[in-house]
Amino acid sequence: MPELERQDERLFAPIARAGRGFWLLAVVAGGLGLAGLAAWLVQLRRGLAVTGLNVPVYWGLYITHFVFFIGISHAGTLISAILRLSRAEWRRPITRAAEVITVLVLFFGMGCVLLDLGRPDRAAFVLLHANFRSPLLWDVASVTTYLTASTLYLYLPLIPDIALLRDRFPGRRWLYGPLSLRWTGTPRQHRILERAISVMAIVVIPIAVSVHTVVSWVFAMTVQPMWHSTIFGPYFVVGAIFSGIAAIILAMAVVRRAYRLEAYLKPVHFNNLGLLLLVMSLLWFYFTFAEFLTTWYGGDPSHLAVFVSKTEGRFALSFWTMVIACFVIPVALLASRRTRATVWGTVVASISVEVGMWLERFLIVVPSLSVPRLPMTAAPYAPSWVEWSLFAAFVALFVFLYAIFTKLFPIVSIWEVREGRERSVAEVSRRVESYLPAEERAP
Amino acid sequence: MARWGMVIDLDRCTGCQACVVACQVENNVPPAGPVDAARGRAISWLRLVPMQSTGPRGTRPALQLVPLPCQHCGRPPCTRVCPVRATQKDEEGFVAQIYPRCIGCRYCTTACPYTVRDFNWRRPEWAAPLERSLSPDVSVRPRGVVEKCTFCHHRLQLARDRARAEGRPLQDEEYVPACVQTCPALAMSFGDLDDPRSEVARLGRSQRAFRLLEELGTEPNVIYLAKGEWGA
Repeated sequence: MPELERQDERLFAPIARAGRGFWLLAVVAGGLGLAGLAAWLVQLRRGLAVTGLNVPVYWGLYITHFVFFIGISHAGTLISAILRLSRAEWRRPITRAAEVITVLVLFFGMGCVLLDLGRPDRAAFVLLHANFRSPLLWDVASVTTYLTASTLYLYLPLIPDIALLRDRFPGRRWLYGPLSLRWTGTPRQHRILERAISVMAIVVIPIAVSVHTVVSWVFAMTVQPMWHSTIFGPYFVVGAIFSGIAAIILAMAVVRRAYRLEAYLKPVHFNNLGLLLLVMSLLWFYFTFAEFLTTWYGGDPSHLAVFVSKTEGRFALSFWTMVIACFVIPVALLASRRTRATVWGTVVASISVEVGMWLERFLIVVPSLSVPRLPMTAAPYAPSWVEWSLFAAFVALFVFLYAIFTKLFPIVSIWEVREGRERSVAEVSRRVESYLPAEERAP
Repeated sequence: MARWGMVIDLDRCTGCQACVVACQVENNVPPAGPVDAARGRAISWLRLVPMQSTGPRGTRPALQLVPLPCQHCGRPPCTRVCPVRATQKDEEGFVAQIYPRCIGCRYCTTACPYTVRDFNWRRPEWAAPLERSLSPDVSVRPRGVVEKCTFCHHRLQLARDRARAEGRPLQDEEYVPACVQTCPALAMSFGDLDDPRSEVARLGRSQRAFRLLEELGTEPNVIYLAKGEWGA
């Protein structure tokens, strides 16, 4: 075997065989998936009466999870595109792990909306009788665009790796053959591919920003207290990127451990993503503070009622847990290099951020509905087992699909790591030189 | 074209709930058991909600029950957000709900600042022999769709058909919703708000007239009358 072929052997290893961990995951995910399927069948049979929803809390966990999953989808494509465009060289081993999250989690986000419909049999009406004055239609449009663009953006940088796999695993030619698009690695092919990747990297950024902006507008376009806020678009985008980066860190940590990729996913990668997470945590706090201070100072009674229910009323425990989980814990862990430059430090911070952002989504959806403007006898919302088990099933299936992806394609981009090794080292030093003043010649 | 509207005189209302019962029977609204009612699942197109009034100067604030039907807003926040146009405002002032079109996403219910839209959490059921008393003029809603007060729109259609069959124009007083017809305290009236001679238009000009959450720009077609100050 030639030298080059033997290099990066570790990246091919997970594709060659499935270990015990994979099958264990398959069993767990299968079990939770079946439980979710049962819950869904119960709901189809008996209607949304099996949820904990009521009047006036018409929306609950399903919509919370819709916002949560679509938020996580901002991890991949957006971060990867920004890092690519800014020529951040450390991105090479992490972009793919990030992009896969986006594509997979979007399906679950859209699935949550289907779960929430009282008449899922009429879902196609959204296309047949589309009303573009409804923010929900804006969502349909931007999420489908995003899914298409990020699938393409995941696929393009996969092509050279698929060609490697095609030559390596003749038994899987049926899959890799057509997908590799006759890639042979000629300079012309490389030129076209790189051009396509950079075009897509630019295109996906405004699409990604639009997606969570529009998700926020589902709430902000109504006149409901603490939904009707002009800050919601950017607030949601910040929260989305925040929870997205945490998801990348968690995925990387798992992949690193499971496939022994310590040589590729190094503490420096966790450190750099940890820095991004720290910045997003501060931004999140800034937005949350601005939103809550404005509401409190303005003192509109209907807004204040929702405010009080969050800060000292029945949602106070969740609210303050959210503040600790989204701000106090991550900032404490990520501000110091000693904890940030470690895998465990960023992983603990990321878990905390995911918990906090889940609570944030819940606290946006439910309290505003729980305290309607006109007084009415409102029963508190308690999610039912059906809603919880469908959430568990979605998370488990997402993790399982992610694992399947790593069994079919390299989770670290092989050709990009090689390109970094072969070309970028020299290129970057040339680049740095170009920043400096030209050396003055002696007269 | 008429703009149908309702006037509710809170100084006359005794809170007897006859309007609530009349609405329930007229519109085939399924009765909720105690379990569903406790869970906030009872459907009611017309609720009595407790609101505080700071009565005429010098009197103590009092709690009063206020009948709250759909306000049939002139600028409804609910119709805009429906992704499939299952709820629409028509030229006569009705905010209508199209059951066979509704996908049950409940965006309209969350967007309505009055919380007067109901959802069919389960399939409606009537214990025998109640099902034999269902009105044939009003469709029974399937599970999973949103429903709401229609101002008893079917009564307008019936009155119109009758007038047409008799070859004469429709008289205003031929069409009143069941709640208005039933109110024993004569606290409710109904008619064309655009006709300056109608009773509702005259009452609407009263100094006691106000509309709920008017500051939201919804332009409700339900007008309340009361002395003193009102608030939620």
